[in-house]
Amino acid sequence: MFGYAGRILRINLSSGRVRTEPLREEFAKKYIGGIGLGMRLLIDNSKAGVDPLSPENPLILTTGPLSGTIAPTGGNGHAFVAKSPLTGGVGEAKSHGFFGSEMKRAGYDAVIFENRAEKPVYIWIDDDNVQFMDAKHLWGKSPQETEALIREELGDYYIRVAAIGLAGEKLSRIACIMNDRTRAAGRTGMGTVMGSKNLKAIAVRGTKDVNVAQPDEFLEFVKMLHERMKGPATTKYRTLGTPLNVLVHNALGALPTRNFTNATFEGAEKVSGEYLNEHFVVRIVGCSSCAMRCEHIAVVPEGPYKGTTVRVEYEPLWAFGPHCGVDRMDAILKAMELCNYYGLDSLSTGNIVGFAMDCYEHGILTKKDTDGLELNFGNADAVVKLVHMIGRREGLGDVLAEGVKRAAEKIGKGAEKFANHIKGLEMTGYDIRGLKTAAIGYAVSFRGADHNRHGAYGLDLKGTVDRFKVEKGRAKLVIDIENLYTIIDSLIICKFSRGTYYDGFEDLAKYYTLATGMPMTAEELRLAGERINNLGRLFNIREGFTRKDDHLPPKVMSTPIPDDTVSKGSYITQEELDLMLDDYYAARGWTREGVPTLEKLKELGLEDLAYIVKNKLKKESGKRKKEVN
Amino acid sequence: MATIHTRKFITADPEKCVGCGVCEYICAFEKEKAFNPLKSRIRVVRLDSVINLAVACRLCEDAPCVAACPRDALTQSEETGIILVDEDKCNGCGWCIEACDYGAIMLHPNKKVVFTCDLCDGEPKCVEWCPEEALDFVSKDILAQKARITVVKRLFQEAIKTLG
Repeated sequence: MFGYAGRILRINLSSGRVRTEPLREEFAKKYIGGIGLGMRLLIDNSKAGVDPLSPENPLILTTGPLSGTIAPTGGNGHAFVAKSPLTGGVGEAKSHGFFGSEMKRAGYDAVIFENRAEKPVYIWIDDDNVQFMDAKHLWGKSPQETEALIREELGDYYIRVAAIGLAGEKLSRIACIMNDRTRAAGRTGMGTVMGSKNLKAIAVRGTKDVNVAQPDEFLEFVKMLHERMKGPATTKYRTLGTPLNVLVHNALGALPTRNFTNATFEGAEKVSGEYLNEHFVVRIVGCSSCAMRCEHIAVVPEGPYKGTTVRVEYEPLWAFGPHCGVDRMDAILKAMELCNYYGLDSLSTGNIVGFAMDCYEHGILTKKDTDGLELNFGNADAVVKLVHMIGRREGLGDVLAEGVKRAAEKIGKGAEKFANHIKGLEMTGYDIRGLKTAAIGYAVSFRGADHNRHGAYGLDLKGTVDRFKVEKGRAKLVIDIENLYTIIDSLIICKFSRGTYYDGFEDLAKYYTLATGMPMTAEELRLAGERINNLGRLFNIREGFTRKDDHLPPKVMSTPIPDDTVSKGSYITQEELDLMLDDYYAARGWTREGVPTLEKLKELGLEDLAYIVKNKLKKESGKRKKEVN
Repeated sequence: MATIHTRKFITADPEKCVGCGVCEYICAFEKEKAFNPLKSRIRVVRLDSVINLAVACRLCEDAPCVAACPRDALTQSEETGIILVDEDKCNGCGWCIEACDYGAIMLHPNKKVVFTCDLCDGEPKCVEWCPEEALDFVSKDILAQKARITVVKRLFQEAIKTLG
């Protein structure tokens, strides 16, 4: 095979059995790689109702058909997929850096980790040789320390490592899997699943060639992308990076502040990308094979957090900054660094800290609960302390480590009102009260609260549509981007490069064909995007999800934006949400309850998964008949 | 005959190199038609997220690798200064690897003989492809010239602005 390695590695952590299986061409073309391939393998390798933290929930690691090639941003991606301990639905998270390309060179398109190791281990994948290594001495270490220790102990500096930190070991539900020091497969608790398997780290060294089908044309295509990446489509990422969003969102009244109490932040200037670049960013570096370079490395030059070094993106900056009412960049950077150290999803962690502050402000949590921490919004040092507590699961941190939904349930006293999540996954940095196209994408995203499954905020923020209005036909726009984003995450290219594929599916289909030699048309690739979106839906339906799970965070539906800004007074009513969902389901070819029909499954070549929906469809049509009578 | 003063070699600007490894990919592809950094003549070192540099053969005068070879498998081109490997003579013993201070001569992963940068007949692909323009194909004298010009430009930033 070209592009693909053609092999799936299956590692049984309990029995120690290791075997490889071929990746069939037809299967590869249908599910592409990355999250598409991963979700299909998850459905096929797990039973309905599986406990996410039980040995029966497989952890699936995938690369894509471009991994290991010179494809800019495509050469370096990998994804983790498993049932999410946060949402109970499908969990998936991607990461870039150098790990994915190394895995491909070792010769694997996917690795399925089954069962649970009896004691802490790490897996050492040295091309064809797979070894179980004792990880007792690594237990409790940070992902960064683990990476360094493994390289030292195996004596090869070029080994790439993906590892969990203390958070994953302690089964905090917001644990991530880190690679290359600063990169994270962050969302949906994939590090928690890894921890539940007693799997501390995956170390890999690959020395094999990666070949593409049409090398000369492929290189020509890559060269063209290089040129485009020097152009306006990527300027944002090369200059201020995603922190540019802070002032943009603030000006538009779309910057969630103090746990969605406000939508503008008076301290925005001090946490802006502009301020960050001027005072903290020391270097901008790149991932393997990328021509863009986006990784803004910031160092705190003075003060109590002097020496803090961390890669910065908008989402964690927002989560620990405006969302907690904090305008001190040094503390925000420290909180982010600590998330890397403990192996916590920094986005979810910041969301949860803001939630705890909101509870404190409303008297639901008191000093007694917080071990004396004054958790008022804006208390920067308290944020840092609370991240330590969450990382170590100490005191209040133990409850908060369960994720915002479960933490609110445990705290009680009406805390649920302040827990901003969708399907159990913590909300991200877009105030969708006034971004009503994005709100559709958030409500239906198969992995929960997420801007990266649909990117529909772009339509709202750029003024392509009236962002304060809910209307029929809007869902179609969301679906078009969803299908594209799903392909982006399955090829595993980086979303920052999305603007360089001027012809969308056309460009990506050509990319795929040149790499794999399997002819792919733009329409076939679009259909694959739709297929994979349906796959996510099917997994969630199998796990018992219904229309009710396509909800929005409580504050988005209860608290109109109070600030004197363009978005003042905006929020989303139940009626509007219902309209959004009806529009979306209809445009997807699903039933009113959001279930893909048998016709839809046939169209997508997913007939073999009809068993998941059959009973639900019968029930729904029975119910409808009753309504009619 | 090119002297050490005029010989051009591949150099990376530490201020510009971001450690992406595009040079490794394109080098391996140019030489071996495969994407595999292990077959690259130029190698990227990332010690930390902020410490990155690509390293290739520096065409030393009286190259120690040549002197170290007990089988006379290595010679240095008088014209360009590149190290030529006689693959029939080389047995991969690695004395040259030990002798090189820069890690710029390496054992080939498949062929079991050593290999190093050959400057692509004077048109190095890595320089052409480097997205950051961090790589340069330059002689040591010109390198010094460039450094001097950069530092003077920096000193006279304000004056240059006025000059337009």
